[in-house]
Amino acid sequence: MSKIHITTTVNGDPAEFLASPGMTLLDALRDELGLTGAKEGCGSGDCGACSVMLDGRLVCSCLVLAPEVEGCRVETIEGMAQGGQLHPLQQKFLEHAALQCGFCTPGLLVAAKALLDAHPDPTEVEARYWLAGNLCRCTGYDKIIRAVMDAAAELRQERAA
Amino acid sequence: MAHVVVGSDCWPFTGGASTFQIEAATVRELITALDGQFPGLGDFIDKRMAFAIDGEIHQDGWFSAIGPASEVYLIPKIGGG
Amino acid sequence: MSETLDKPTTLNVVGTRPIRPDGADKVTGRATYGADYNMPGQLVGRILRSPHAHARIVSIDTTRARALPGVKAVVTSADFPDLASEMHDGGEAASNLRDLSLNVLARGKVLYDGHAVAAVAAVSAAVAEEALSRIKVTYEALPHVIDVEPAMSPDAPVLHDYMMTEGLETPPTVASNIAKRHKNVRGDVDAAFAAADVIVEDRYTTEAVHQGYIEPQACVAAWAEDGRCEVWSSSQGQFMVRTYCAKILGLEISDIRVTPAEIGGGFGGKTTVYLEPIALALSRASGHPVKMVMTREDVFRATGPTSGAVMHVKLGATNDGVITAATVELKFQAGAFPGSPVGAACMTALACYDIANFTIVGWDVVTNTPKTAAYRAPGAPIAAFAVESAVDDLARKLGMDPIALREKNAVRDGTKAAYGPTFANIGYVETLAAIRDSEHYKSPLKPNQGRGVAVGFWFNIGGESTAAIHISEDGSAAVVTGNPDIGGSRASMAMMAAETLGVPVERVRPMIGDTASIGYSMLTGGSRTTFATGMAVVQAAEKVILDLRQRAAKLWEVSLDHVVWRMGQAECIDPAKPEKKPMTLAALAAQSGRTGGPISAQVTLNAQGAGPGFGVHLCDLEVDPETGHTSIVRYTAAQDVGRAIHPSYVEGQIQGGVAQGVGWALNEAYIFDRDGRMENAGFLDYRMPVASDLPMLDTIMIEVPNPKHPFGAKGVGEVPIVPPLAAVANAMRGAIGVRMSSLPLSPPAVLAALDARKG
Repeated sequence: MSKIHITTTVNGDPAEFLASPGMTLLDALRDELGLTGAKEGCGSGDCGACSVMLDGRLVCSCLVLAPEVEGCRVETIEGMAQGGQLHPLQQKFLEHAALQCGFCTPGLLVAAKALLDAHPDPTEVEARYWLAGNLCRCTGYDKIIRAVMDAAAELRQERAA
Repeated sequence: MAHVVVGSDCWPFTGGASTFQIEAATVRELITALDGQFPGLGDFIDKRMAFAIDGEIHQDGWFSAIGPASEVYLIPKIGGG
Repeated sequence: MSETLDKPTTLNVVGTRPIRPDGADKVTGRATYGADYNMPGQLVGRILRSPHAHARIVSIDTTRARALPGVKAVVTSADFPDLASEMHDGGEAASNLRDLSLNVLARGKVLYDGHAVAAVAAVSAAVAEEALSRIKVTYEALPHVIDVEPAMSPDAPVLHDYMMTEGLETPPTVASNIAKRHKNVRGDVDAAFAAADVIVEDRYTTEAVHQGYIEPQACVAAWAEDGRCEVWSSSQGQFMVRTYCAKILGLEISDIRVTPAEIGGGFGGKTTVYLEPIALALSRASGHPVKMVMTREDVFRATGPTSGAVMHVKLGATNDGVITAATVELKFQAGAFPGSPVGAACMTALACYDIANFTIVGWDVVTNTPKTAAYRAPGAPIAAFAVESAVDDLARKLGMDPIALREKNAVRDGTKAAYGPTFANIGYVETLAAIRDSEHYKSPLKPNQGRGVAVGFWFNIGGESTAAIHISEDGSAAVVTGNPDIGGSRASMAMMAAETLGVPVERVRPMIGDTASIGYSMLTGGSRTTFATGMAVVQAAEKVILDLRQRAAKLWEVSLDHVVWRMGQAECIDPAKPEKKPMTLAALAAQSGRTGGPISAQVTLNAQGAGPGFGVHLCDLEVDPETGHTSIVRYTAAQDVGRAIHPSYVEGQIQGGVAQGVGWALNEAYIFDRDGRMENAGFLDYRMPVASDLPMLDTIMIEVPNPKHPFGAKGVGEVPIVPPLAAVANAMRGAIGVRMSSLPLSPPAVLAALDARKG
């Protein structure tokens, strides 16, 4: 089977790679582009560890075929910190000890950023349901939710200032 | 003499006996003494049992001290997750 | 919230909440986990797994697979030494090396659906998978048995025709699936029951559940032409991987170097090997590095889980609430090979209670299910589910408050534990009191809500650890240990080193060495790392301080006694030399070349005297009578933690244990079809808690220090999974008025219980 040449934008930069027709976006990111921040926990869209943004929409990259991203905009965890500065969500995850093993963390951060971009002032219940697609087995979610709510408050303050 | 108690894991060697008075100043001396009374028991407890000396659990360590009036319980070695 | 007993006031770092040293790597996606590592020229390894729960392997024909272009190696158990039965005494939970090897690759028989049969290495995943389909295995299917009680039946299909039950007064003459009987007896239980005023008893069941770590097992192995090998893998212990690979492949231990990847959760499930020996064999056969990554389906079918169980508990008490008699019988699924955690379950079952008469019997039973692996306080949550449910029923029957009943029968310092030794320095009654006095316990409940209390115990362990500290020329420090960091242990290692050295924690960089760069360390498990490895770190720091004092003494030309180490600097206390100004660690480090060479210390130890931990949990839940759906509405967990080194990560351990326990109680279970194949080998159907399933999880840390640890730390990671199963079940009893004694309490089961109540 011949490979398909894909041109896309990843974290704001142009990116090209060759994909077999059945390759997932997750495998393309990890194996072709060397971006291993997105993780494979299940390969079936159930754990959210592979969460990325595709044209501004939160997706499980294990459920997207790589050839589908031709001409699209992909954002991954690797693009979240800007200019050597952690994003407030990343900083709050650290301050609140919202990670233990850290394997689900990239996906949770991408999903949490999507939440706050769409809903800057979520309730705790909204945050819990938004993040219900991201499994964490270590933390019991308590500190994750606190970090997200705290980051939301800080981002709102930043915007107001 | 230390007061030594062994559980059911050791009964095949002791014939069901579970309490002993044994002269031993270290875990290794205890193992040797028990093996002398019940051949084969020494190797078994060395590999499989932990020693609770006056309540403090020693998983292994031949030179852990046993006092003259110590109570030593032999319990299965503990692992964990 | 933290309740502190007898806390020294001099601690500057221990007890604070600094940002973890590996944090930035883990929030940016930079941290390298098992599947993130690659080697040039690596092949893809894949495993062929049994579709049968129990079958004889008549033949394996790999000819057509080998003929496929791009296939570089095919291995079966024929490529591995046929090991003799031998208990491995690595200081960890004992494991039989032959069983371990047979679990890695089946020989002669497959014993469960998903049992590995053969493996290939090929140039791509597509070629490797095509090769698997070309391997022809001829099976002769055998009758199988999944559940524990049918497996104990005399007419059950026998998994191992050589297995004779251990632990019976009269050794059996016929093989069976019962690997071992455990028994623990005290007093005269029959007389005590005859004299009891009140008796409760019930039968309880739980299903097999998985550790559920989000990162599937993964490794890369490279075998060099000179016989030296490299393994990069995600596990709870690089030394465990090294030893097991050497034993399974018949290699010299020092020929294998294992580098620990970041580990994406383990909870006990990564305390053994599955892929690494196969990847090494494939690399040897192919001459290329081989990478292997499990799928989630592989993880469910072939790794973990912990036991399903059938239990019987009977308690007798006086009218004023003294528990005088108990019988506990525990039957545990071991999976395909002996070694369920039933022994630990027997020891922990009554560990919170001071009872004069009891009989505890446990049965370790092999079944055609994946070989069980350790799971967080192995065995204890299962036994606690049964015992704590029975204690709750006893409290109801006596008309007593459930905490008052537990306080009345609580073990204290000086109590002889049900498993033998005498307790000392335990914080159980303080933990009970913290829940009794909590605002949560006094708060009102709403309709359809129930409240449950349950307690739990775990031993915690110590064991062998190595730590090295290297001081840089500017006085900053590297702390190297041999324990993978699953939940933030780098932070606690750095903090204990910083506290001892008297430097800011930011000046300490903790690292985890590979097997060739740090001394042997038992794996990260048994809640041992902060206790045992932390002790090694503190002793290494003390060794560094002694060296620094000796150097300062030479520089000042005073005796060692006249140099003290205080707040990160050497101070001269020789009254004859008042002019000597203190020298900081940085100042001494800058001169290290002239004063004797690099400043560096290593300590190896075998830590004994780990302090046991107790937890008391309080759960409020609400049941929707229409759907049977259960919501956890409030949860508070109190635990004696000895001393919280980094309180946030201690709280995190408690919260994580609660979440796993709630999942176990409400939804998680292995489901097998009539052919013994797992039906729910994925996260969609094996339903673990998600964020919307849980409320905030409140924690109360009680600190009764363990005198054996320099800062009083006790292990904290395992205790919190022990009480939740029963806390949830007891809350359910309160909410619906019916005792549900079989887990999980899934919506259909709750509805059935509600219907039975109406009926």
